[in-house]
Amino acid sequence: MKVLIHSSFERTRRRRAIWDRAMVYVLSLCAIGVLFILFNILTHLFIQGITSLNPEFFTNLPKPVGEKGGGMANAIAGTFTLLGLAVCLGVPIGLGAGIYLSEYADLKFAHAVRFMSDVMNGIPSIVYGIFAYTVCVLPMKSFSALSGGFALGIMMIPMITRTSEQFVRMVPVQLREAGLALGVPKWRVIVDIVVPAALGGIMTGIMVTLARVAGETAPLLFTAFGNRYWQHSLAQPIAALPLQVFTYAISPFDDWHRQAWAGAIVLILMVFMINGWAQFYVVRHSRWLSGK
Amino acid sequence: MNRQDTSDIVFRRILAVFPISILILVAGIFFQLAYSSLPSLKHFGLAFFYNTTWDPVAEHFGALPFIFGTCLTSLVALLLAVPIGIGAAIYLAEYAPPKVSKFISILVDLLAAIPSVIYGLWGIFVLVPYMRNYVQPFLGKYLGFLPFFQGPNYGVGFLAASIILAIIIIPFIISVSREVILAVPSVYKESAYALGTTRWEAIFDIVLSYGRAGILGAVVLALGRAIGETMAVTMIIGNNVVITPSLFSPGYTLASVLANEFAEADSNMYLSALIEIGLVLFLVSIVVNILARFLIWSVTKGPGQVIK
Repeated sequence: MKVLIHSSFERTRRRRAIWDRAMVYVLSLCAIGVLFILFNILTHLFIQGITSLNPEFFTNLPKPVGEKGGGMANAIAGTFTLLGLAVCLGVPIGLGAGIYLSEYADLKFAHAVRFMSDVMNGIPSIVYGIFAYTVCVLPMKSFSALSGGFALGIMMIPMITRTSEQFVRMVPVQLREAGLALGVPKWRVIVDIVVPAALGGIMTGIMVTLARVAGETAPLLFTAFGNRYWQHSLAQPIAALPLQVFTYAISPFDDWHRQAWAGAIVLILMVFMINGWAQFYVVRHSRWLSGK
Repeated sequence: MNRQDTSDIVFRRILAVFPISILILVAGIFFQLAYSSLPSLKHFGLAFFYNTTWDPVAEHFGALPFIFGTCLTSLVALLLAVPIGIGAAIYLAEYAPPKVSKFISILVDLLAAIPSVIYGLWGIFVLVPYMRNYVQPFLGKYLGFLPFFQGPNYGVGFLAASIILAIIIIPFIISVSREVILAVPSVYKESAYALGTTRWEAIFDIVLSYGRAGILGAVVLALGRAIGETMAVTMIIGNNVVITPSLFSPGYTLASVLANEFAEADSNMYLSALIEIGLVLFLVSIVVNILARFLIWSVTKGPGQVIK
């Protein structure tokens, strides 16, 4: 009897130990699988795209089907134009809301706005495209750079609100108290002391948001619409890099496919570079805030 | 003194416009979409949601095939992504040495930063041929008795779209559930060790059950992403209005029909039917996100930091 209990205990123990060991491998396999996918995507991107990536790609307009060469100069410029327009809309509102939430809002209101911002972040980007279509494109009776910038700008608002609130809140309370003790009104303390102190962080938030918005295609499909030439005013359709990659990718022409890969490299480098730059900023900013 | 007080109040009032405008914006998007889809709402009523014909020429619109496509692809994507994502998150939070964990987390963030149009490009030229030549023939051969793996093999279709969706949502599942797992107080795990559990038992029985709500939140959040994901899906789902159990079949989702047909909608009713689809996406994603936030906040105790 004694032996029986002992051996069954021994069996369970061994089974538990094996199970424990096996899970280490299973779990690390999950992580490796994810890395493999990333690696696979990046290598394909560079191998397929690098051959079409030449100076011409950055300076020329797209060529018609059948003609070799051509580039995406207008699309690259278009993406920057759209981002610029988006910043004009998203940054003031997001920053203002972030500062208010950090400095003035009572708990309930702040919670409500934060919650709404997070919910807004989760709304599919194509819905913003439809919204921009109904309020911009229909009244203007034309696809336009303005409506594309409007769609991207709205998408930026919730993210910038959350990040700038976070960084404004991180400014040490002593800085504010020092200002207030000198008899400076609270709003001057905010404008002249708190915001400048948080500026590095705020910039990080803006850049992370830009990196996210730069690759958005869905909200531009029926707002910016795309354009094979240079546009001459903001009320005209405008080309954008992600849109061009999309159009070329689903086209039946090999030449265009190669251009799509090249466009994708430029797009991904842009996104990674802005992200990396933002990381650099946030590290420097937190060092600076903690006084090291 | 008095003058300073007024200036403070004025500044506060001006600044208050911005957060209030966020609330107004969300309401505004809802009303604008509802107003623009009014013709379709009135004309089709509830039949819009259970009608299976989508005929722009006859102006007869039923969204069921798209609702079906969105549900099917999101569900299959979750089935694929949840075990892998949570597994990787556990590895990063509990097993990996801190340096390795940090490095892999950065790579996962990179994966999350890739624009969906690039996933779509990779999907068209790498994933779809692979599905057509290897995965789908294999599934058809060994699991072909199931209705899910029957029918002609094009490569594009529900299965390819589900896989790309899974790849897109895995980084979200990893980063949110990693945070949730790290938020579990280590006292609980240590008590479990003291009772003689193995490492895996402590993680599975204690950490995961403590963080259950938060991990569920991560999954729901990922579901929201999957429902709204547009470009990558549009590029490889095959654009076919159909309801079928076959995962090999080309199909459509709510978001991809918008991406494909919105710009060419030529009649008012067509446009308003498409906007109604947008309204459905808007409402569904709001419900899903509210649910997810509550679940995640219940574990991490508040909204947390956006940038670390």
